[in-house]
Amino acid sequence: MARSGEAGGGGEDRRGAKRKAPAESPGEAPEDGATESGAPEQPQPRPAAFPPGFSISEIKNKQRRHFMFVRWKQQQRKEKLAAKKKLKKEREALGDKAPPKPVPKTIENQRVYDETIVDPNDEEVAYDEATDEFASHFNRQTSPKILITTSDRPRGRTVRFCEQLSTVIPNSHVYYRRGLALKRIIPQCISRDFTDLIVINEDRKIPNGLVLSHLPHGPTAHFRMSSVRLRKEIKRKGKEPTQHSPEVILNNFTTRLGHSIGRMFASLFPHDPQFIGRQVATFHNQRDYIFFRFHRYLFKSEKKVGIQELGPRFTLKLRSLQKGTFDSKYGEYEWVHKPREMDTSRRKFHL
Amino acid sequence: MAASARWNHVWVGSETGILKGVNLVRKQAVNFTEAAGRPRREEEVSALCWADAAESQILIGCANGTVKSFSTEEGKFLRSRCCPGGEGTFRGLAKHDGCLVTCVESGILRVWPEDSSEHIKELSVGPSVCRMRQDPDRPHIMATGGKENSLKVWDLQTSSREPVFRAKNVRNDWLNLRVPIWDQDIQFLSGSQKIVTCTGHRQVRVYDPASPQRRPVLETTYGEYPLMAMTLTPGGNSVVVGNTHGQLAEIDLRQGRLVCCLKGLAGSVRGLQCHPTQPILASCGLDRVLRVHRLREPRGLEHKVYLKSRLNCLLLSGRDNWEDEPRDPAPVPYEETETDELWDSLVPVVAGAKRKQRPLGAQPGGKKQQALGGPSPVSSL
Repeated sequence: MARSGEAGGGGEDRRGAKRKAPAESPGEAPEDGATESGAPEQPQPRPAAFPPGFSISEIKNKQRRHFMFVRWKQQQRKEKLAAKKKLKKEREALGDKAPPKPVPKTIENQRVYDETIVDPNDEEVAYDEATDEFASHFNRQTSPKILITTSDRPRGRTVRFCEQLSTVIPNSHVYYRRGLALKRIIPQCISRDFTDLIVINEDRKIPNGLVLSHLPHGPTAHFRMSSVRLRKEIKRKGKEPTQHSPEVILNNFTTRLGHSIGRMFASLFPHDPQFIGRQVATFHNQRDYIFFRFHRYLFKSEKKVGIQELGPRFTLKLRSLQKGTFDSKYGEYEWVHKPREMDTSRRKFHL
Repeated sequence: MAASARWNHVWVGSETGILKGVNLVRKQAVNFTEAAGRPRREEEVSALCWADAAESQILIGCANGTVKSFSTEEGKFLRSRCCPGGEGTFRGLAKHDGCLVTCVESGILRVWPEDSSEHIKELSVGPSVCRMRQDPDRPHIMATGGKENSLKVWDLQTSSREPVFRAKNVRNDWLNLRVPIWDQDIQFLSGSQKIVTCTGHRQVRVYDPASPQRRPVLETTYGEYPLMAMTLTPGGNSVVVGNTHGQLAEIDLRQGRLVCCLKGLAGSVRGLQCHPTQPILASCGLDRVLRVHRLREPRGLEHKVYLKSRLNCLLLSGRDNWEDEPRDPAPVPYEETETDELWDSLVPVVAGAKRKQRPLGAQPGGKKQQALGGPSPVSSL
């Protein structure tokens, strides 16, 4: 009886405390005090009955603990809402003199300063870029001709992905790999005037890697590819891409390494985009992941643009950049991603 | 800055033809180009060496076959001489007996006397040379090695066209296949005649010309990628090697065992040099960054400098009192008064316009100063 009384008293006590938050429930207090231990009633409000340093997680009873937690959460939410309202009122009251809103911290905001970020006025870097391996493309001396192939014996998904990629990149040809060694393919490509070689690597029936090699003696970039979506898997897509050359957008390639990779992507596409086609290929770099999207845009009015996503979409992450054409054993690497050395900070990015 | 040029600790040659002087105490890097001022990729620096023991002049071998000499005291280029002959870039430069010794990739080793433009001696070393090195103890001895070109030691004082020591390839491996040769870097061990080489097939080998054995005395392997550069540590018992993946390792030559690895590089190592007495190692590579590591107590990265072009080779100054240099070197005030007199003697209008420049400016070479970022605590010894 005493126990049930106590439980009943305790239950009422909790609910009482809920109705008036820093509770005084004088009706229950002497009764509880009497049932528990006959201790003298405490004049302090109910929550202070708990010893200081008490935390909700110490209650062993799951039901009671859950109840206390839910009540605490609701209280927090109410307080937060009240604080927001108060701030908003103050803001309106001050009007123009209100202090500017604090900018929330994001990982991109907090990015560690990278000394390799290219300054647009830097002469040395400008000279370096003007005379690097892509200079012949940017000087319009060569126009791109791409060879797309896969690792040996590709499965259906990879084959379809290659076909779709070849519709996205103008002047590209897909060839079946036939188990040929890349080091033998490359001299043949050079003699047939190809400027770039793309090899899609496949593992367990999905494409998971991309090797992009600029051909005469250019650098080779090795990427890990993820989130590949073929055309039929894209919702609300438009019709097939046409043969017009797309425009290219390269977002957020700020460091020196990023510049090299950006130039590598830009040299895949012909120099003069055909604006009639209204197609655009975007390589967006965020936190060292490069997102590829292919859209068609339409200007509905002066200010409104509609876009339709066509074409495949995929995400790339750079694993290594090697100087020279593909030679993973004896080639010299310009940049290698070393996870244990380079990924120690969540706010440091390399591209 | 003439004064600061003398205090530079590391000199680095880049692929764009710019010689960079880096002062680690003051954390500054300065570019030096010839009088024309523009970097040029045809003049890619492929070899650097000190012209004399006092480290007052540097010899720079460029890709177009010219050898320039640069004065560290004054901070400008002195002369440039054309050293034609053979194809390919310079793989080794040395100074012997007042003459310049050059070796190009196609294997032509020539000795050029100081004034004339004709070589007085020529040796054919074999094709595809990767490195030519001069013995610091005996300056008339040169060693060369390359791809499918085994180590050969040449004596310039004799008139024979045969090497003094020609290394023999190791025995066939366990599949009875011939082991390919690719000597990428060569170093002479001081105090004895031994030579250490590192190969593109990941081996580090020690040869002893004094012994009757022409095969290597010691052989170890490191890593999975070709070793590109090598340097001796102070103490002479170990070497530090770097490979194309940016891994640096110290290998003890007494037992052929790996001592430690140094972290930090992201690209292929092109140049490595260790200080002769202090455990300080400078490394440069294709990732465009010069790094200075400390090999012992405590082991780790000390300075990191971003230099905007790919770096090919470096020279570390062997001065002892590195860290104790004054922040502002003493000669600067003296030079200021000298130039002040010069300015005073000029026409006032012109002098007024020019006083906007720094008083130590108006040097013929095009120079830019860049501030260094990055962590580089100056540790006191």
